[in-house]
Amino acid sequence: MSPKMGIQGDLGGLFIVYTSTPPFHSSLHLTHAYIHNSSMASQTHTLPPLPYAYDALEPVISKQIMELHHQKHHQTYINNLNAAISAQASAASSNNAPTLIALQQKLRFNGGGHINHSLFWNNLTPPGTPGNNIDSAPTLRKAIASRWGTQDTFVEAFNAELLNLQGSGWGWLVSKGGAKGQLDIVTTKDQDPVNGPNVPVFGVDMWEHAYYLQYLNNKADYVEGIRRIIHWAEAEKRYASGLESLLKL
Amino acid sequence: MAALLSNSARVALRSGASATSKAGAAGLTFARGKATLPDLSYDYGALEPSISGKIMEIHHKNHHNTYVTSYNNTMEQLQEAQAKGDIAAQITLKPAVNFHGGGHLNHSLFWENLAPKSAGGGEPPSGALSKAIDTTYGGLGEFQSKMNAALASIQGSGWAWLVKDKQTGQISIRTYANQDPVVGQFEPLLGIDAWEHAYYLQYQNRKVEYFSAIWDVINWKTVEKRFA
Repeated sequence: MSPKMGIQGDLGGLFIVYTSTPPFHSSLHLTHAYIHNSSMASQTHTLPPLPYAYDALEPVISKQIMELHHQKHHQTYINNLNAAISAQASAASSNNAPTLIALQQKLRFNGGGHINHSLFWNNLTPPGTPGNNIDSAPTLRKAIASRWGTQDTFVEAFNAELLNLQGSGWGWLVSKGGAKGQLDIVTTKDQDPVNGPNVPVFGVDMWEHAYYLQYLNNKADYVEGIRRIIHWAEAEKRYASGLESLLKL
Repeated sequence: MAALLSNSARVALRSGASATSKAGAAGLTFARGKATLPDLSYDYGALEPSISGKIMEIHHKNHHNTYVTSYNNTMEQLQEAQAKGDIAAQITLKPAVNFHGGGHLNHSLFWENLAPKSAGGGEPPSGALSKAIDTTYGGLGEFQSKMNAALASIQGSGWAWLVKDKQTGQISIRTYANQDPVVGQFEPLLGIDAWEHAYYLQYQNRKVEYFSAIWDVINWKTVEKRFA
């Protein structure tokens, strides 16, 4: 089991040894809590607070969308992930292989939903904040320039990939093979996370719930707006150092 | 999809328009070889309160229409590739044919298996279909619960269908990802759109409420015709 964020090819990656104290000082973490009962202590994931107010990403993303997306959608992934983990624990204790196998897709979907949204919130920032300035990402900017020529060419290519997605999914800028790797644009379907050792530098949620109340079927405008709220300082950290230093799981 | 391409005359096989309309072809309209957006047989607001008029309008005029346009564009590219004998290009286009063609098929079938209450929406099925549902599921209520569970279990965008197995005649519930259409071994009888755009403006994340409310506007007469 890797101690890194659970972005392995299978769900084994979610069963990581947790630190007992989430690193609240870091810019990104998946939060969890202990629940004690008479016989055992188990951990459950909890909804991480947003690093900004619900209305802070306006006008690009409305307060109503952010509230529903965070409080309802993200929370539901966490609830279902906790339920699946708990079901897995009892299936494991009774050595019930068919149930363990049947649970894998639930773990992948809901665990992926938790990971993806946690990454997403943190790679966005209100327009005009220091981290929103691409100057805060010197290494990443150089890497983008060497891969795509100009920032605009990159954004065009990235947006085209997002708009090409058929159905629900995510678009990502990834660093292949680990930090400071070759940059690439990838999409993942539904809640599939970016598979390790690739590092998700930043991600954009292309599920309709991420934009529909504001943009309706006009997803091109949503995608165009997202470029104005990218947290470049966060992206730089992920690109330069990977996720290990940011996520203590 | 070859059959869609060869359709040169305007054909409007909407419910009641043709006694020979078959499931899968019903509801698709074409003009000079191009797919066109079919008209709804009811007003946008007619399915309220189950589905709001605003949802119906955007879903039909924008979403469905985009599938129609993109399907026609894909077909043009496919015809060019065929004319050039470019096999690689034809294969490359397959996912787009599936997605946009599937979107057109699915929505065309969906509109027709809905009806306002005033036009019989929600009135339970009768005859052979009713019997098949009773035999297979133990009753309409049990079937609806199972269909709702299938809808709720879709991870991402997709559809749930009541289908008929062409080999055995048996009915069953199947879910399909994204716009994958019901083709091959199965015939579509009743489809429910589980994409977020089908309910989000009204129900947001409470999709279970949408799945529950839609039974009030299911057009079982259409489903019976497809089953027959």
